[in-house]
Amino acid sequence: MRPFRYARAEDPAEAVAALAADPEARYLAGGTNLVDLMKLGVETPARLVDVRRLPLDAVEETPDGGLRIGATATNTALAGHPAVRGRYPALSQAVLAGASQQLRNLATVGGNLLQRTRCLYFQDTGKPCNKREPGTGCAAREGEHRDLAVLGTSEHCVASHPSDMAVALAAYDARVEVLSEAGARRLALQDFYRLPGDRPERDTVLRHGDLITAVELPPPPPGVRAAYRKVRDRASYAFALVSVAALLRREPDGSVGEVRIAFGGVAPRPWRARAAEDALRGGPCGEQELRSALEREFTEARPLPGNAFKVGLAVRTATRVLTDLAEAAAATPHGGPHSQEDA
Amino acid sequence: MSAGGRRTRVGIQATVELMVNGDRHSLPVDTRTTLLDALRERLALTGTKKGCDQGQCGACTVLVDGARVNSCLLLAVAADGAEVVTVEGLASPDGALHPLQQAFVTHDAFQCGYCTPGQLCSGVGAIAEAAAGEPSLVTPPEAGGRGEPVPLGEEEIRERMSGNLCRCAAYPGIAAAVAEAAAALGGEPAPGLEPGPDPEEVSR
Repeated sequence: MRPFRYARAEDPAEAVAALAADPEARYLAGGTNLVDLMKLGVETPARLVDVRRLPLDAVEETPDGGLRIGATATNTALAGHPAVRGRYPALSQAVLAGASQQLRNLATVGGNLLQRTRCLYFQDTGKPCNKREPGTGCAAREGEHRDLAVLGTSEHCVASHPSDMAVALAAYDARVEVLSEAGARRLALQDFYRLPGDRPERDTVLRHGDLITAVELPPPPPGVRAAYRKVRDRASYAFALVSVAALLRREPDGSVGEVRIAFGGVAPRPWRARAAEDALRGGPCGEQELRSALEREFTEARPLPGNAFKVGLAVRTATRVLTDLAEAAAATPHGGPHSQEDA
Repeated sequence: MSAGGRRTRVGIQATVELMVNGDRHSLPVDTRTTLLDALRERLALTGTKKGCDQGQCGACTVLVDGARVNSCLLLAVAADGAEVVTVEGLASPDGALHPLQQAFVTHDAFQCGYCTPGQLCSGVGAIAEAAAGEPSLVTPPEAGGRGEPVPLGEEEIRERMSGNLCRCAAYPGIAAAVAEAAAALGGEPAPGLEPGPDPEEVSR
């Protein structure tokens, strides 16, 4: 590992200034991804600015009924927060579906958003990888790509985004609050992540020195039921092959009032399934309608031989999650014990 | 600096203060040192094991300020000022085993033993987390997050202990041991959550 200087930042402005002064500096929070990548030689910072103990760890309900999640809140603190358990249940489930409790105790919300792909070739400095070393090529196309993306890829990169948390945040229309030397700004999560195109080395639109200070959630849509489901090779402690965060509200006549669907494991970023949502909104939500809307979302998929199974798996998983939500809504139309109206 | 290139470049030193199993240490370290290596190589606390060194096996689990973490991914400098409990710190000073250690013996919860120190620290953390009402993925939606203890049935234990791999597959014994210790402890906080013993008391 390359030697590095280490300093603990006292406040966010100091952290931002420290990074601005050194192009080879990186922020360190929980370190569960960055330290690993430094051991592998994938990340080689000359300086770490530790932001984990900045006073940015509050999880607070906002006056408009939303939630403001400080960037240094741990995954554990977020998943167990009463407001998250009660009003954003798919977010709590998504966080708890990721990693292990040991890792969730260290990992932070800001760091989770910025974690890198677990593509084997990105993590292996002996192999070509356009994301790690632009212009060297992509070893995954001809290699092991079972875990990688089928949507939003480019000829240069087929990496998948590994976060569970971010998938639920996408479904809840999260915004990311960022501090830079120019001041604070807010970005919709969908604008925060970028697709690889011909610049796969850039996962997000952030610039050097930008510090995530919080994630903001608007109030959950009234009357929705929500769930997160993750499909993986073992029952726990594994990355998603496919995951789905879904929100659903049925109108009294049974039609779809509100629906939001986000996928993990299938794209370079959390994939909000807008085509499927548009197809479903206002119409019936039987299994047939759900399946055909979800298949529409994947018409643009460009799977590789080793991950073509993900298209069918994603459609089936989301169909099942939404069917379960629809049936639960039908069983207790005025809101059962798990509905957000009661929370 | 050495002229030998990257591999032999001299490191950058920093001093970290750590309270480990009740003993205070002031330790000069290369900033690249993980807490795991500081414990094993510098403090000779080799109970904590290095398995994968990548956060994928849990053998290096210790308690830091009361929370279980993978010590292989935590830089020693980032743990400066922390209170650490390792497997060596679980038993009482008089040698009486921690209830979870005793339960591991009772239930034969190991074969080769390499993962056991991590399993023990993780189990102690898991029992405290459930007692404090922290939910897991299998906790019912209406439970968890309100400070009420989460009962540790088999499904809860297996999910909460999934960050610790056992290549000998001693899982049935491990799950039984955690269940027994959880019942025996009845919600006792993990070591490190409460103020540690006075270092002078310990050295006497």
